[in-house]
Amino acid sequence: MDTLSLLLNGFAIAFEPLNLALIIVGCTIGLFIGAMPGLGSVNGVAILLPMTFLVPPTSAIIFLGAIYYGAMYGGAISSIMLGIPGASTAVATTFDGRPMALKGQADKALIAAATASFVGGSIGVVLFTLFAPPLADLALAFGAPEIFALMLMAFATFIGLGSDDIPKTIFSIFIGLVFGAVGLDIISGEPRLIFGDIPGFYHGINFLVLAIGIYGIAEMLWVIETSKGDALMSKAEISVRRILDTLGELVRTWKTMLMGSLLGYFVGILPAAGATPGSLMAYGFAKTMAKDPETYGKGNINGVVAPECANNAASTGAMLPMLTLGIPGSPTTAILLGGMVIWGLEPGPLVFTDYPDFVWGFIASLYAANLFALLINIAFIPAFIWMLKMPFTILAPIIFVLCIVGGFVPTMDMHDVWLMLVFGIVGYFMRKLDYPMAPAVLAIVLGPLAEPALRQSLLISGGSFSIFFTRPAAGLIMAAALGLFLLPVWMIVRRKMDQRRKAS
Amino acid sequence: MKPFIKLSTITLGAIIAFGAGTIAGSPDARAEWKPKKPVEFIVMAGKGGGADKAVRFMQSIIAKNKLSSKPFTPINKPGGSGAEALIYVKSARDPNHTIMFTLNSFYTTPLRQPKIKVDISKFTPIGRMAEDTFLLWVHKDSGITNVKQFVKAAKAKGSAWIMAGTGKNSEDNLLTDFLNKAYGLKMKYVPYKGGGRVAKELAGKNADSTVNNPSEQLGFYQAGKTVPIAAFTPARLPLFANAPTFKELGKDFVYFMQRTVVGAPGMSKEAATYYRQLFAKIYASDGWQGYMTKKSLQGGFITGDILMRYWLKEKAIHKVMLQKMGALK
Repeated sequence: MDTLSLLLNGFAIAFEPLNLALIIVGCTIGLFIGAMPGLGSVNGVAILLPMTFLVPPTSAIIFLGAIYYGAMYGGAISSIMLGIPGASTAVATTFDGRPMALKGQADKALIAAATASFVGGSIGVVLFTLFAPPLADLALAFGAPEIFALMLMAFATFIGLGSDDIPKTIFSIFIGLVFGAVGLDIISGEPRLIFGDIPGFYHGINFLVLAIGIYGIAEMLWVIETSKGDALMSKAEISVRRILDTLGELVRTWKTMLMGSLLGYFVGILPAAGATPGSLMAYGFAKTMAKDPETYGKGNINGVVAPECANNAASTGAMLPMLTLGIPGSPTTAILLGGMVIWGLEPGPLVFTDYPDFVWGFIASLYAANLFALLINIAFIPAFIWMLKMPFTILAPIIFVLCIVGGFVPTMDMHDVWLMLVFGIVGYFMRKLDYPMAPAVLAIVLGPLAEPALRQSLLISGGSFSIFFTRPAAGLIMAAALGLFLLPVWMIVRRKMDQRRKAS
Repeated sequence: MKPFIKLSTITLGAIIAFGAGTIAGSPDARAEWKPKKPVEFIVMAGKGGGADKAVRFMQSIIAKNKLSSKPFTPINKPGGSGAEALIYVKSARDPNHTIMFTLNSFYTTPLRQPKIKVDISKFTPIGRMAEDTFLLWVHKDSGITNVKQFVKAAKAKGSAWIMAGTGKNSEDNLLTDFLNKAYGLKMKYVPYKGGGRVAKELAGKNADSTVNNPSEQLGFYQAGKTVPIAAFTPARLPLFANAPTFKELGKDFVYFMQRTVVGAPGMSKEAATYYRQLFAKIYASDGWQGYMTKKSLQGGFITGDILMRYWLKEKAIHKVMLQKMGALK
């Protein structure tokens, strides 16, 4: 009851004319920033942060929150339309979104992404409203062993992500892990794998550089080779009837939506994780749990729904430790946190009691931003579809430019652009040789999270692996992870037994 | 050493008065140089960290008070404990439009990584905006309220006592080494990424103690989760008056983290004068002063030769500390 009245009060604040206008403008800006490859919510929020001192703090965070949300929606657009992840959080969306677009179902994929984002965001905000304090305590108690167990679970879900060629999948994971290890190692304090002394490697290999190289450049080379340059990117159309059909189909994915949202939200509230691992894990889970895992990666609508639910739920989840603990759950919330300091607010455990108008106004604005982002996104879908109908000879140079910009912007370093081109060319040949790429992308995201957590845990325990099983939360997750590792083995055994039975 | 503009005789008070005077609009005949394009404001740390927040805060003061006609653009170069930022600024293409916000890694990283060939005496001293302080923190539920109890508890646990910190050979590591030596402890140092994460590990009881900056623990302290039991400062901090200094406890150890704006090597005298005046104004602004009080930051604004001498002195001190802990070959 108390929460409800606070929330209603928050809605009164969020629907003040200025705040409502900022939500709409913020969602639109965010949508386009998110749709630009390489530019994600981090860039949008960082660029617009200094402008926010023009308005009161509550309006400022509402504006930045709307950008954050809009960008989460927008990230899916270029993932689906161009096959280049619009933001790091939307990489998993390319896995099935792109094949859907190539099959002429771009409109379907876009609607699925928008709807899933809405569902994920809504579930996230509701959880936030109802359970903020206990979830904050949970995030606080989550230490290095729990994080490692969770990362192991994420890897487990990706065993089946690659092709059936297990050695090639393992190779792909390992190369991703090696790339993830480049840069400064915080545990030893030494730089690793900087190839002599190339300064560009000191900040590590940016995950987007690999993702854009593989999914942008390599994909384009692939299309040029297979189509000999005269193909349309895809057939695409949109009509009210198709939208309604798609919505009907989406209702049947409710299980995936629920799983993706809850998982994404939970991963989001953990400090340092954020929406990118959340969406990748949701994809992996959806595939592992599916009855038809072989259709994933070939344009299964669940493969779009799971990561999009998860990344929006995670972005809401990441606000929780930001507000209640003063610790960002993602790079974007780290900037929002800086913003709160600029506006003269002190984030931390007392934020709910000290600034109720600010917090509840913000939470209420997330409900509104979620709705407006959905409407604006759907309104723009015909425009995106039209873009797809451009001839490839025009589209290809645009994609190439977007890739270069996307590789440059996160670090503003030409080194990353060259690296991206190299990844693109190598990725093209690896694709020709039928190496799966997704496991490498997953490894470069999760490796840098899992490795320090493993080493911190072992430092704490003095080298004993029992720490992963003696702590209740870690033990539970660890057991689930091991179960997931064994699941494919058991499936193979069962299939073999079935075959034998049939044979005899 | 390079000849710098003679500011060494000007006292701190005079600089602040001078800064405040220019805010009020007094014409200044000397400083005619102004940035001709956006200024790159390099941050030696990642987005969202303490240094990054401070830079974005200064950026907002510049914009809010219209202190510059050209924008200041924060660029994060967190790689290699600041090595990436140092290399970038050392060879900046346009030294007049490249400045950097630095921490103590400004001394320690060139010492530990001689390969990057960074000589800090070549950089242009702009202004030290503050010195951050360190305290020794424990969880409230541990029941520990003073250093004596802390030492007793840590001795009893031996190497199972976890001290969380921000990376190997970082400031936190230096302080942990000091405590281990001074009190005969065997605390185990576990590095995490960033001070906020370290603070969280203590509040979530995944560590037994930390040596956080006040700003990192303030939220948990106010929520009654963590308590400071001693300060690495010359005098008690007003915000934490119950925590004695190590000096009071008979261990003469004081340690600060500088928060300083540095110009690229080869910056022209005119440009350096411009930035010094600009940051003096920022230092004197209500916004920055309020930020310092809230974050329990200390230290006056120093610039020019005084700042250079401060760097060289701190570099020498850090060299000895790093040698003692075996981080230098």
